[in-house]
Order: sequence, then structure tokens, then C-alpha cells
Amino acid sequence: MTRGRRRFTSWSVVLLAGCAGRQSALDPAGPAAASIHRLGVWMYVGATLVVLLVTVLAVMPFLRPRERPVNRRLFLWGGGVALPFLTLTALVPYVMTVGHGTRAATAPGRLSVDVTGSLYWWEMSYRRTDGAPSAISANELRLPAGEPVELFLRANDVIHSFWVPSLAGKTDMIPGRVNRMVIQGDRPGIYRGQCAEYCGRQHAHMAFDVIVMPRAEFDAWLARLARPVREPATPQLRAGRELFVDLGCGACHAVRGLTEGRRGPDLTQVGARRSIGAGTLPGDVGNIAGWIASAQHLKPGNAMPSYDQLAGPQLRALAAYLESLR
Amino acid sequence: MTAPFDDTVTTRPPARAPDAAPRHLRQSEGPDGDERLRVAWAKPRRFGLLTEVNNTVVGVLYIATGFLFFLGAGVLALLMRVQLAVPGNTFLGAGTYNQLFTMHGTVMMFLCAVPIVEAVAVLLLPNMLGARDMPFPRLSAFGYWCYAFGGVLVFSSLFFGVAPDGGWFMYPPLSSSTYSPGLNTEFWILGLGFVEISAVAAAVELIVGILRTRAPGMTLGRMPIFAWYMLVTAGMIMIGMPMVIAADVLLELERAFGMPFYDATRGGDPVLWQHLFWLFGHPEVYIIFLPAAGMVSMILPTFTRTRLVGYAWVALAAISVGFLSFGLWVHHMYATGLPLLSLSFFSAASTAIAIPMGVQVFAWLATLWDGKPVLRVPLLFVLGFLIIFVIGGVTGVMVAAVPYDWQVHDSYFVVAHFHYVLIGGMVFPLFAALYYWSPLVTHRMLSERLGRWAFWLMFVGFNAAFLPMHFTGLRGMPRRVYTYAGDLGWNGLNLVSSVFSFVFAAGVLVVVYDFVRHLRTGAKAGHDPWNAPSLEWLSGLAPHGFRSLVPVTSRYPLWEQQELPGDIVAGRGYLPDAPTRERETLVSTPVGGVPEQILRLPGPGWTAFGAALATAVVFTAMTLRLAAVGVVAGVAATAAILSWLWSMDRALPREPADAGRGTVLPLYSAGSSSVGWWGMAVCLISDAAVVASFMFAYLFLWTARPALWPPAWAPLPGFIEPAAIAAATVGAWLLFELAERRNRRDHRLATALCLVASALFAGGALVMGWRWLDGAGLSATGHSYGAAVWLLLGYIALHLAMGIAMALWCLARLALGMIDSWRCLTLRICLLWWRFTVPAAVLTVALVAGFPHVVA
Repeated sequence: MTRGRRRFTSWSVVLLAGCAGRQSALDPAGPAAASIHRLGVWMYVGATLVVLLVTVLAVMPFLRPRERPVNRRLFLWGGGVALPFLTLTALVPYVMTVGHGTRAATAPGRLSVDVTGSLYWWEMSYRRTDGAPSAISANELRLPAGEPVELFLRANDVIHSFWVPSLAGKTDMIPGRVNRMVIQGDRPGIYRGQCAEYCGRQHAHMAFDVIVMPRAEFDAWLARLARPVREPATPQLRAGRELFVDLGCGACHAVRGLTEGRRGPDLTQVGARRSIGAGTLPGDVGNIAGWIASAQHLKPGNAMPSYDQLAGPQLRALAAYLESLR
Repeated sequence: MTAPFDDTVTTRPPARAPDAAPRHLRQSEGPDGDERLRVAWAKPRRFGLLTEVNNTVVGVLYIATGFLFFLGAGVLALLMRVQLAVPGNTFLGAGTYNQLFTMHGTVMMFLCAVPIVEAVAVLLLPNMLGARDMPFPRLSAFGYWCYAFGGVLVFSSLFFGVAPDGGWFMYPPLSSSTYSPGLNTEFWILGLGFVEISAVAAAVELIVGILRTRAPGMTLGRMPIFAWYMLVTAGMIMIGMPMVIAADVLLELERAFGMPFYDATRGGDPVLWQHLFWLFGHPEVYIIFLPAAGMVSMILPTFTRTRLVGYAWVALAAISVGFLSFGLWVHHMYATGLPLLSLSFFSAASTAIAIPMGVQVFAWLATLWDGKPVLRVPLLFVLGFLIIFVIGGVTGVMVAAVPYDWQVHDSYFVVAHFHYVLIGGMVFPLFAALYYWSPLVTHRMLSERLGRWAFWLMFVGFNAAFLPMHFTGLRGMPRRVYTYAGDLGWNGLNLVSSVFSFVFAAGVLVVVYDFVRHLRTGAKAGHDPWNAPSLEWLSGLAPHGFRSLVPVTSRYPLWEQQELPGDIVAGRGYLPDAPTRERETLVSTPVGGVPEQILRLPGPGWTAFGAALATAVVFTAMTLRLAAVGVVAGVAATAAILSWLWSMDRALPREPADAGRGTVLPLYSAGSSSVGWWGMAVCLISDAAVVASFMFAYLFLWTARPALWPPAWAPLPGFIEPAAIAAATVGAWLLFELAERRNRRDHRLATALCLVASALFAGGALVMGWRWLDGAGLSATGHSYGAAVWLLLGYIALHLAMGIAMALWCLARLALGMIDSWRCLTLRICLLWWRFTVPAAVLTVALVAGFPHVVA
């Protein structure tokens, strides 16, 4: 490799690193986001040229005063009409070919997920092809790599918008309507989605993780999700489970095989999640305890009350039990 | 092509005064004429700011108020930038932050941008057009005071912690009483309803003013280009604002009375709001931009010392932007799940607007190339505008591309885009205008040195704050989040944006300082410091403006009519005197600018201020649910407005008056040539937009819920009752027509009888309508179908009730001898109301009665 090429490569690495991120449209990991990004690059180039042209034309008269009158026809017909007309004639048909994949039909047998937005959290419900009831999870979407997955988007209360910039554009979730989109992640990895339609006080804390995994791992995970949780193994975990039931957590939260509440996030695999409170805190046992004790302090206005009356050991037991659910 | 763009059209010579024994009011060109003008136009000695209605006072107040709101909303933005400077910041809480961004958008859009551009027009247009005032001075004063009270009402909610917090476009169901039960949303709806009314009032004024009160000889093609821009803008306001008013009415009906237009659980649809809001909201952007483009088009020729290149091109571009802007609203809704086919249509239409925009930009560039530009501060701001606005334009093409918009919609990319459009397209031109036109008002110059400092601080600060936001958005940051996690790659970008937003603010501060400083120590400006080409620079912006109104034969009269200043000052033009001893201006024909009437204008008085104050109390009481105060203030407001209306169509001398230059013109006109008739006609266009919005709501709810609409339990309407209602309405109208015919022959008794019969027919229609709806058992709150039917018929009922009130009004004036065959403007205007109401009512009844049969 020559020195110039090496320099170029290192520069592009820096540039790419600048764009990378698990929530970046500039670092696409799926076909929809990639085709939109390609369209974007063309438009960035064209836009830069237009802005440069206008800037030069605006500044030149001050640098070199002219004696001849201006060629009006060139400016009005050439710049005013022909330039935008030709640019757009080239652009519009191209635009219309991009992004149709997110609305295309998927083959029968492909995975479908019902995603429902509620005030500041998400429910993901995976339809089973074998006729079994859907397997429900929350604030985390898992996808088999390289496959189109059909999403049915609904809202429980106000309008939300489903957006995973690394994979595709956004689609609104509107009460009374069901919107459909197809999403695909090609590179296994962890991405992040966030509500893109202002939905109230904690709109900023309505995020979810998207985990793209190889098909086999995904199948194993989905089977696990559908099964009831295991019996607690230690006395502390058993105490935690008792507390969970006694405190009435089950009125809002489902734990497969134990409780069936649907008003709050399903907790069957809460211990395996990367975050707590729909992206408010990283998911670990300490943060689970913190969330239980002071949810209203951490995310004011969300539906979860702060259980600040619990004694230390109780809180630790409850958090440990939840953390064990994976 | 003859008229508008042809410079060679000469004015028809006005009717000459007959030589022998004329029977008309005389006037004098001499010093006593000047003296009488001064007396007629003298400002009130006390409470001048409250009682003066002249555009030179109201316009300045209007601009100053708008600028205060600009500063206030700017401070809110700085607070937000502090909060977002670092991830996880706790400077502001979620609730406060949400109030701040909602108020920042609302105040900037509704209390700053639209009022300020209208205010600049109110201040400058009469003088640019060679008139002495707007045609309805009290209406502009009323509009101003409504805006000031409404604006203060909305803004003050911040200090009580109950500011609106649903975002400036207030999407239901978040803004419904279920999810926003507090007063916050009430402040938004009622306060803005108020402001919207004032915007419409100013727009009526501007349309009639531009079309009817131009200088003699000023054909449409000789108007200053700013007038073309304002004509288009005002037309857009007349059609666009009623749509958002309609949307607000539906939201308030849902919140206050439970009529479920947007509630999906009862057959409503939240997307209806989005359609109605953006049907207004997209034109809104151009409502803000076009006047600014008009200012730019006025400033450029002055500093390049050449005519604007492509005047007709630019005027046509402005008109086509006005039309196209109403076809683009869906591009705010690409992510709502609409079918791809319709999205493609709106995508193509959205990009098409780039052509008229391109024409304007290149006309301005060509003007720069054509002349010898002198880089004074106003031109510097114009250059800044050009560059920033073009960047906003090209990112506008990007967001018009449907799939691309799916990524960037509601992200910081869009935040960057619309700030480039609005700050580039409106704020920079406005600062150019401030530096350019201030000397006209203050008779002093702003500082060239401070102006340059301000420009560079603003230009650098703006770009360094907002350019990075494009990347912040592409890297996934949604708008309207009060905080963000630190590991998403947004930290550096946000910090840069925050720091430079303060640099931008520093630039604004320099302007504020310069302005305050120049009031005392600025260099004295002559009457025309820039050697500008347009008429306003000869008015001295005195209350009576021009000493006399001289025929205009050019688009650039001050450059091309050397004798003009001398003629004006010597009183050799029209109206060098005040023949009725009151304020007057000329009314001319809409296209050719041929003088045809002397319009007597109202002078200072408490009417406008009082009516606005009472209305403000009504709105505040409604917001705070203070029923008793509301009723009392409602009575006061009604009384104030009625007494105002009563004072119109005054008794005037019946003989024509000497208008100067040997011309005799009538003082009164009752038909379609009177400005009052034009004002009513323009208002009815707005009203038609409201009716259309309600019909759209009805039809949209059906398309949104075809399975549930109309609900199976709702009985299909019969045909006999609606036919009878329509017939009674038509009868009421025909009787009103007959009354007007009888009055032409001064058959007073027959006129009175026809009016009574008309009122009875209208009353009959109302009673039948009520019995029909009530009998159908259609609940207004159970389902959106019932709500939509009640809404449509209720609005028509309001029109019939107004028709009855008008008949009684005319009857009273007839009895008091205030209506006769000569003085019949009131009757003609009320007739216009009926001519609108009848088709609206018949269409509505046909829709409500027939549509369910069609779809059933």
C-alpha cells in the first residue's frame, strides 16, 4: 500500500468512526438504512455544489465590479428554472426507488412482531408460527440476522414513533391505527432505537435495544422466552419472588408462569436486558434496586411508583430475584 | 399581455370637474390646506399609544411587541441549549424543558414571526403605496391589541409553571383532556385563537389596502415588489389560518364538551389534526418567508443601484409559491404510514417548489451582478440570508425525499433544517430591514460598525450552532428530548451547538444595544439616507404621510420621476387638503390605480382598544374557567363591538369633493367599489376555508374509519326535513335580496317587511334544523359521526343566526333613517353574507343528509 493510500484509508477510518454508533443513520446495518444512506450521500454532494455555486455567485460581484449588464436569461432560465428542474428530474425517480423494502410483503413463515408503544415503554410480542400464543418481551427487540421481519406498530395511549436509525427509517405508532413496516438487520450486533414522536414528559427516556443475532441463537432465545420462568434456587431469590407477589407487582407486570399483568413491561427476561426503565439506566442488579426504590425520581412522570418504603434486605431480595430472570 | 406587468400602461384621465358652478366640497393647495391636513391627522394629546389607530403608530407598536417576544423566546432557546450542553444534565427538569421547547416554537411562530412580518407591512405598505393609512385603521389597531393581550396571556403562563407542554403542533391525543388535563393546553388553544384572529384581521387589511388604496397611476405592475409579496402572503393567511382555527375549535370542543374528533376510541382519528394543522402549518413557513423575501427584493435595488432583475418573474414566483405551498402539507406526515403512492405525489410536489424558489434566488443574484453593489449593513444581512437560506433550501429538498425523511424526520436534522429556513429566511432579512428602514421611523442612523459586528457574530454563531445539528440528527438524536445518554456520540456536537448559540445571541444583543444607543446619539438621517427608489422615503412617515398624493408613472418613482418630491411637497398632487376636515385617503381601482373615491378614515378613539381589552378578558376568563367574569366581559365585548359596527357606514356629505388636480370624487360608495364591501368579501373567503375544513373533517373521518362510519346504529337521515331547511334558507336569502331591491327605490315599508320575513324564514330554518337533529337522537359525544354532524350543522346555524341579527340590524337602521337608497352599504354588505351563507348551507345540508345514503 502506498503512503497516499494509507493516509486515505486512515482518514476514512477516522471519518467512519465519527459516524459510527449504535443509533446512527450514517452507519447502516440493514438494507433499508443502507439504501437511504446512499441516497443521502448523493444529495449531500449535490447540495454542497449548489450552495458553493450560490455563494460564489453572491460574493463575486463584490470582488470584481462589472461594466456589462448581466445576462438575465442565463440567470433566470439557467439558474432559476433549468438548474432546479434538471436536478429534481434526476433526483425524484431515484428517490421513488429507495426504501420500498420497508413496505414490501414478506414471505410466509417469516417472523412477525407486534410492537406497541405506551407512555414511555415498548412491548414486543413475537408471533409464533406453530399456533402457540405470542411470546412477549419489553423494551428490547431481537431479530434473526439477514432476514426481513414484519412489524405491526400500535400505540396504547398517545402517538409514538418507532425508530432504529441503524436499520431503517421511522414509522409512527398512532392510536386506532396499525402501521406495518419491514425491518432487517444484516450485521449481528446491538443497536438502539428511540421514540421519535414527542409523547410527553419522559419522551427522552423511551428507548429500546435491538439485538440482531444469528438465526439459531435467535430460535433458542425465543423458545426460552416463551417458557415459564425457573423456580428460584436460593432462599434470597425465593424471598424476592414472595415480595414480588405480595407487593402486587403482578398487577402491572407479567412474569411468565407467575403473574399476568400487561399494564407495565413484561419482566420474564428482565435480568437479561441491557437497560432498565426503557433506556433510563444500564441493566444490573444495583440499578434494578434503584429503579424499584425511586422510579419517580429517576424518570419522573412514568407509571411506576417509587417503592421507597422497602427495607434494604427486602429491596436486595426483590432486585436479586428480578435480576435472576433471564 | 396588457395589465399588471406592462410599464407603458398609462392611467385613464380621471373625470374632470365641470367648469360651471360645481356643487362639491372645495379644497386648497395652499398653506391652509397643509394646516387642515395637520389638524385632521394630529395625534391625540393623551393616551396616544392606546387610542391612535394610524398605521405609523400601530405598526411601530406591533413590531416592537413582536421583537420583545423574539427576545423572550430566544432566552428560552438559550436555557434549552444550556440543558443540552452535556449529557444527563439536571439544569432543567423534564416538565420545564417540555414547556420551554413548546413555548419557544409557539412564541417564535405565532407571536413573533407572523405578527412581525404583518407589522412591517402595516407600517410600511401605505407609505410605499402612496396612501395615508390602511383602509380599516381601527381593525389594525384592534388586531394589534388582540395580539398583544393574547400574546401576553400565552407567555405569562410560563411564569406560573402552566405553560403549554405538548409541542408547538400540539398533536392529540397527547393534547387531549385525558393526557393533558391541565390548563397548559387551554392557554395554547385560547391564546392562539386570539392571535390567529388578529393575523386574519391584519390580512384583510393588507389585501384591501394593496388592491384599493394605491397611489394614482400605480398599476399592479408598478407596485413595489414588496406589495406583491404581501398580497400573496395575506391571501395565504386568509386561507391557511382558518384551517388551524378550525382544528383548534375541534380540539377545544373535544376537550371542553367531549366531542370525539380526535379520540380513536370513539371513532375519531388523531391524524385528522395533523392534516388540518399542516394544511396551515406548511403554508405558514412561506407566510413567514415571502414577506422577508419581499423586504430583500426592496433592499437589493437600493444597494446595487439598479432595478430588480426579473420583477415579473419574481412576482409570479411568489404567486406560485403561494399556490404550491397548499399542496405540500403531507410532507410533515411521511412517517404516519400513508400509502407510498400518495407519498410519491407529495414528494414530487414538494420538490417542485424548488423552481419558484430558484427563480427568486437567481433574480436576486442577477440583481447583484447587474448593479454596483455597496456593502452596507442591510446588504450584508441580505448576503447572509442568501447563503443560509439556500442551505436550508437544499436540506428542504432532502427532507422532501420520502425515504430520506423517514430517517431524519423529528430528529435534530430537521431542527437544523427549519432553523436554517426560518432564521436564514426570516430573521436575517428582518435585521436587514431593521437597519434599512429604522431611519424612516427614528430619523437617525444605526451604527455601521456595530451592525457589522452584529452580523458576523450572528452569522458565525448561527452556522456553528446549527450546522452540527444536521450530524447530531443523522447520528440518531430525536428532537424534543430533555436529556440524552453520554455514550451515543452526541456530546461534542451538542456542546458546540450550545456554545455558539450564545455567540448568535451576542450578535442579537449588539443590535439591541445599537438600537437603544441610536435613539439618542445616532447620526441624523435625512428623509432618504440610502437614496432609495420607493415612495415611503418621501412620506417622512408623518401621521399624514404625504403632503399630497402625486401620480406615479414608474416602478421606481424616486429614481425615475425627478419632479416627484417637489410636486408632493408643493401640494400639487391629489388630496392636498382635507375637504371633510377629517382623515382621508384615495381609493383607486384595483388594477389600474385610477382614483375613484375619497375614503374618509376614522381617527383616534378608544373603540379598538376597548373592544380588544374586553375580548381579552373573555378569552382569559374562558381559559381560567371563570364563568361569571366571562359573561360580564362577554356582554362588554359584544357591546363594544356592536357600538363600533354601529358607527360605521356614517352619514357623509352626499355631494362629491374636490380631490385636487381638478378632480372631483365621491366620498361614499355603497357597492362593490367600496372598501367595506371588499373587506367583507375577503373575510368570507376565510369563512369558506373554515366551512371547507369542517367538511374535510367529516369526509376524512369517514375515510379513516370506513368500517365504523357512519355507525350502524345511527339512523339514515331522511330527505324531507333537510329539503325544508334548505328551502327556508334560500327563502330567507331571496327575501333579503328583495329587501335590497325595494330599498333602491326607497320603498321603506316594503324593505322593512322583507327584512322581517327574511329573519322569520331564517328562524324557521333554525327551529327545523334543531328538531331534525334532536329527533334523530344523534349524540354529539358518543361517536365522531354525531360530533361531525353537530359541528357542520351548528356552524351553519351560527350563520343563520348572524343572518337574523343582520336583518334586525338593518331594520333598526332603516327605522332611524340610516339606510336609504343612497346610503345602503350596510344592506349590501349584509346581503353579501347571505350570498355566501346560502351555498354553504345548502352544500352542508346536502352533505349531511346525502352522504350517509351514498356510503351505506
